[in-house]
Amino acid sequence: MITTDILIIGAGPTGLFTVFEAGLLKLKCHLIDALPQPGGQCSEIYPKKPIYDIPAYPEILAGDLTQKLIEQSKQFEPGFTLGERAETIEKQENETFIVTTNKGTKHQTKIVAIAGGLGSFEPRKPLIPNIADFEDKGVEYIIKEPELYRDKKVVISGGGDSALDWAIFLSNIASEVTLIHRRNEFRGALDSVEKVQELKNLGKIRLITPAEVRGVLGTDKVTGVAVEKIGEDSFIVDADHFIPLFGLSPKLGPIGNWGLSIEKNAIKVDTFDYQTNIPGVYAIGDVNTYPGKLKLILCGFHEATLMCQSAYKRIFPNKKYVMKYTTVGGVDGFDGTRKEAPKAVVKAIE
Amino acid sequence: MQDINIKITDRNGATHDVVAPTDMAMNLMEIVRSYELAEEGTIGICGGMAMCASCQCYVTSDHSLPEISDDEDAMLAEAFHVEDNSRLGCQIQMTPEINGLEVILAPES
Repeated sequence: MITTDILIIGAGPTGLFTVFEAGLLKLKCHLIDALPQPGGQCSEIYPKKPIYDIPAYPEILAGDLTQKLIEQSKQFEPGFTLGERAETIEKQENETFIVTTNKGTKHQTKIVAIAGGLGSFEPRKPLIPNIADFEDKGVEYIIKEPELYRDKKVVISGGGDSALDWAIFLSNIASEVTLIHRRNEFRGALDSVEKVQELKNLGKIRLITPAEVRGVLGTDKVTGVAVEKIGEDSFIVDADHFIPLFGLSPKLGPIGNWGLSIEKNAIKVDTFDYQTNIPGVYAIGDVNTYPGKLKLILCGFHEATLMCQSAYKRIFPNKKYVMKYTTVGGVDGFDGTRKEAPKAVVKAIE
Repeated sequence: MQDINIKITDRNGATHDVVAPTDMAMNLMEIVRSYELAEEGTIGICGGMAMCASCQCYVTSDHSLPEISDDEDAMLAEAFHVEDNSRLGCQIQMTPEINGLEVILAPES
């Protein structure tokens, strides 16, 4: 069981900054994120896009912003449960919560801060009528364990980076790799496109374009896919695995069943402290809604800051505290580091 | 600057005549959101970077729209429910030339 003061669900910019603000109040944080790396949308969807409305940064790439937030939070030694989705919440008699992920990891916490953005990123599933019948029977939307494909026949569909990268990677593991895309053009990084071209020329990847997978074949498990090449009759490609890689789309997911007040796919909060209708559970950043809400990173930072003050008062109802400026008090990291303004030099002029 | 009229059929099949400003650098996805014609969180997920296709629509009027960029084209190549007249709403800027545009929002996917 992982124990913490504040359990942050979502390791995007708002979640990461919460670690810093909580750290100033000597509160320890742990983050859960469905993605395998921190940064949320900034690192998953648009790491190379510049952002122009972060105060004091005339321009910063989303990926760089994430790195700076991680660097800023590091001194407060946050814990991470990555690649797992927060599934259930149970309130305990001692007023703490236990949050369990889809992989069964349990977290005990005094405060829950939902900073889940638009939700957890789930794979987009192609519209193939019988595909659901074969999920986990040869159809996988995410590659978790590449060894599963050793010496197997694999069909990948999609035209972005993940389809290209996995086709390249699996060409060394699987007995056959077929890549199917609706267009002849691929959107991935130039390196990846060139590598796939090279592997195709070597006969290590079979490329079928412009084409689409129209059906999955098999009884208990996948034995092949029906492929329609634009303007031609459909044909069958033998396969042990079919891996559609069409990107990720955010879904509020299990959090929607936690008994929280939801409006327009967002969690309603009180703007006093961004607490939800469940005392001790807060929602900050893009995941919340209130009159006048704007989904901006800078608003998420503000909400995180106010939320931490409220969390402190909830954890220590009788302990006095007033907000201190970091310029005055410096920053004491949990890792033993201390940052402070240099002392004034007093020296007489002779 | 002049306002323009756009006819938008929402995902439930209801058609709305809306007025859109042409001087606020707005795109069709933002017009849909500003009139709340699709539920928040189901449209404009990537914010308008042609990176999610949640604002896909079918253009049914005979307007000549600006050409599809490589980004938009690549995204449509991976989207679902795509038809010949599919476009991403976030890539259609509100300009006087598209006055009278008619679109149908594609299903959520």
